[in-house]
This record gives sequence, C-alpha cells and structure tokens, in this order.
Amino acid sequence: MVDLLEKHRAIADRFQRMIDMGVNALGVTNDQMISPTRAIVGGREIILAGTNNYMGITFEPRVIAAGKKALDEFGTGTTGSRIANGSFAMHKELEHSLAKFLGLKHCIVFTTGYQANLGMLSGLAGPKDTIYLDADSHSSIYDGCTLSGAKLVRFRHNDAADLDKRMARDDTEGGRLVVLEGIYSMLGDRAPLADFVALKKKHDFQLLVDDAHSFGVLGPNGRGLGDEAGLEDGVDFVIGTFSKSIGAIGGFGAGNHPLFDTLRYAMRPYMFTASASPASVATSIAALDVLEKEPERRQRLWDNSQRLFDGLRALGLETGTHIVSPVIAVKMPDELTTIAKWNALFEAGVYVNMAVPPGTPNRLCLLRCSVSAAHSFDDIDRIVEIFKKVVAN
Amino acid sequence: MTETDIIPIICDLLGPYNLESKALAAETDIPAELNIDSVGVLDFIMEVEDHFDIEIPMNVVSETRTVGDLARYVAAQKNKA
Repeated sequence: MVDLLEKHRAIADRFQRMIDMGVNALGVTNDQMISPTRAIVGGREIILAGTNNYMGITFEPRVIAAGKKALDEFGTGTTGSRIANGSFAMHKELEHSLAKFLGLKHCIVFTTGYQANLGMLSGLAGPKDTIYLDADSHSSIYDGCTLSGAKLVRFRHNDAADLDKRMARDDTEGGRLVVLEGIYSMLGDRAPLADFVALKKKHDFQLLVDDAHSFGVLGPNGRGLGDEAGLEDGVDFVIGTFSKSIGAIGGFGAGNHPLFDTLRYAMRPYMFTASASPASVATSIAALDVLEKEPERRQRLWDNSQRLFDGLRALGLETGTHIVSPVIAVKMPDELTTIAKWNALFEAGVYVNMAVPPGTPNRLCLLRCSVSAAHSFDDIDRIVEIFKKVVAN
Repeated sequence: MTETDIIPIICDLLGPYNLESKALAAETDIPAELNIDSVGVLDFIMEVEDHFDIEIPMNVVSETRTVGDLARYVAAQKNKA
C-alpha cells in the first residue's frame, strides 16, 4: 500500500525543526483577546503586530451590538447556500452597502475572502480564456485561476512591460483577464495601477484588482487601489475581504458589468457552500458604516504605519518595500534565523507573522508586521524597541 | 531547433535553481530531484519563456516534470513558430 500521507514527510520534518527551536509559530493560540492589539497567549500578554486588523474594529461596541442583535433575531447560521435557503435580507443589504461604498453597480458577497477569489476568478474566466496573474499573487488567486480551467500566464511582479511582452506572445481567441492586488500581502507593496491600465490601449483585456489588503486602507475614500490612483474607471472588477479592515469574515466581488449578477449562477464556490452567518454579515454592515463615518481611523493607520516603518528602517533593517505600507515585512537572511528571531520577538512579548518559502516571493524569509489603527504610538515604539533588542542586535 | 539543442540551454538556465549542484540530464525530474518548491519552478519557467521567447502556460508546467519533457515542449513551440 502506498501511504498517502508519506508524501508530506518533508513538510513534517521541516515543521518539527521549527518546533524544536521553540514555539510553533504557525499554531499560536490566543487564549484570550483583550483588544484588537492585545491577547493572552500561554498566560502572557502579547502585543499583536500581525493581525491584518487594519482598522482595529473588532472590539468596536457598535459592531459587536449589531452582531448580537443578528444572533438574537436571525439565529446562529443560515444552513444553506445563497441560491437555496441561505439568502437573508441582510446579505442583500451588505451587497447594496458595499456597491454604494465602492461606487459600483453590483456586488456579490461570499462566505470567505478565499472563496471570493475562487468564485470570481472561476466565474469570470473559462477554459477558452487566458488569465494573466502577477507572480506574487496570493494563493487564493492561484487556486481560483486553476479552478477556472483558463490558460494561466504568470508575469513578473508589478512589471507592466513584462505583461505587455507576454500578451504580445499570446494568440488566444478567448477573453483575457489581468489580475493584480492592491497591496501585496507579503511585502506590502502596491501594483502600479496606471502602468497596467495604460496597457488597455494596446491590448484587449479586462482588469481585476484584489483589494484584500487595501480595501478600507488605500485612497481618499478607502475604496482601494483604484481610488488611490484615481483610476477606478480602469478597473473592471474588484475583490475584497471582510477579514481585514472590516474585522469579520467574508468576501465580495463587485463591478459595473450588466451581466455581473449572472455570476451568482456560474460560481461554484458561491453556489455550493453555506452563506455567511447572520452575525458575520451584520458585523460587516456595521463595520462598513463605521469605516465610512470615521475616516480618521484610516489616518491613524497610516500614522502608525509611518512610525513603525521609520522605526524599523532606522534600526538598519531591510523592509519588503521602500514606501510606507500597513504591511511591513522585515527581511531575514534564512529560515533558521527567521525562526530564531521570531521566537525571540514572541518571548519578548510581540507577535508578528513568520513567513517562509514557498509562501513568499523570491524565496524570502520574513518577519511580517501588519499595523492597526488601534495601536498606540507607545505600542509602535515598544514593537520597535523589541525589534532593536532581539532582531537588530 | 531540436530537443538535443535545447536540453543544454535548459540545464544552463537551471543553474541558479540547482543549489546542490546536481548533475543535470534529460531525465532529471526538476522539482523532485533539485528540491525546487512550486514557486521556484514557476520562476524558472519564466526564465525559459524569456530565453526562447515562447509562452509556457502554468497549466503545462505540471505536466513537464523532467528536463526532457520541457525541452520537447519548447521544441514544439519553437518549431510551431
């Protein structure tokens, strides 16, 4: 008999090596959440600097109250998919609110952000089409592209000239979809949207931006990369998640195409899964409302990001991007050093994300921080101080 | 351009990814024998695409495990062009 799990032996060995060096960085368990930026882990209070909780909205009383009300009035779950018994009025309300926020005509809500990418990419592109995806795309984009059955062409990260070259080589007769991200999750850099939109004059394609890390974060209105670049008209489809700046769970796809709503009947990850729970949907609606009414949260996020970015770079640490971003990745020389430094940070009271290949671009090993509007300047200074003590030494 | 012409070029392009300096031949299973992870394989394929000025869709990559498989695909594309 061939043991099916034996193929994962190398992963098990690699994982064991990490465990042997200290704490399981991939299995940290928050025993108690004190605030958006503090947790009790193993009896110790830890500063959280790797949560993607950009707006620090998870403990916002108005949002919590909305979730409790939804639990009382609509129960714990929907027990069905959106195309069966799982569409509640609140799902429609969230879609309407998001479309309005984004200034787009249509929006479809998914149960998770991962499913939003699976659904949208597999719904938009089919076997006769070609998807061009940035080399640094998130795994959910790769998986959604694979599910589509489309021809998949990968272009060099953030390189519109490379995309131009690859499009010129292609002789496909089907549709063409280009996929970018607003903020790339590992290094924190952004797609140079103007360069890609300009290519539309040369090649026929539709453009999709995954704003998972940039929804609520980028642009004067917090609508994402298109909003920041002043190029929303050049973006055909937007994808986002509720598990970051919205502080809940779920995802969405949005656009202006007149056939957009037809995707509801063409996306397997939308049709064949239970819809988001009432509490998740209600908290997402309430959190979106808070984001709209309190743009100062976005300013705090950027002020905090600038402070952490400046602080870490002043220590001589190399970051993933040269411009400030709420995702600040500190480059490490190798995996063993990364594990050791991650443990030292954790021991000193700060949690960041440990990121190693193949989950990172260019085989980089990273200590990845994400900043929250809920961090205080004292928190940021403390994080920098701990990095100084255990990483930059 | 034949597979025989292409194999040594592919071996050269594999250089930066062949961290353990293993001997390379047509039968070499690129991801397994050279211990290159999934992203590394895709990065290497980009180098091959650019060198030969052809397109190798990601869908094809999973079916071309050995240097010889890849050389056959490249030859077919070059000769088609």
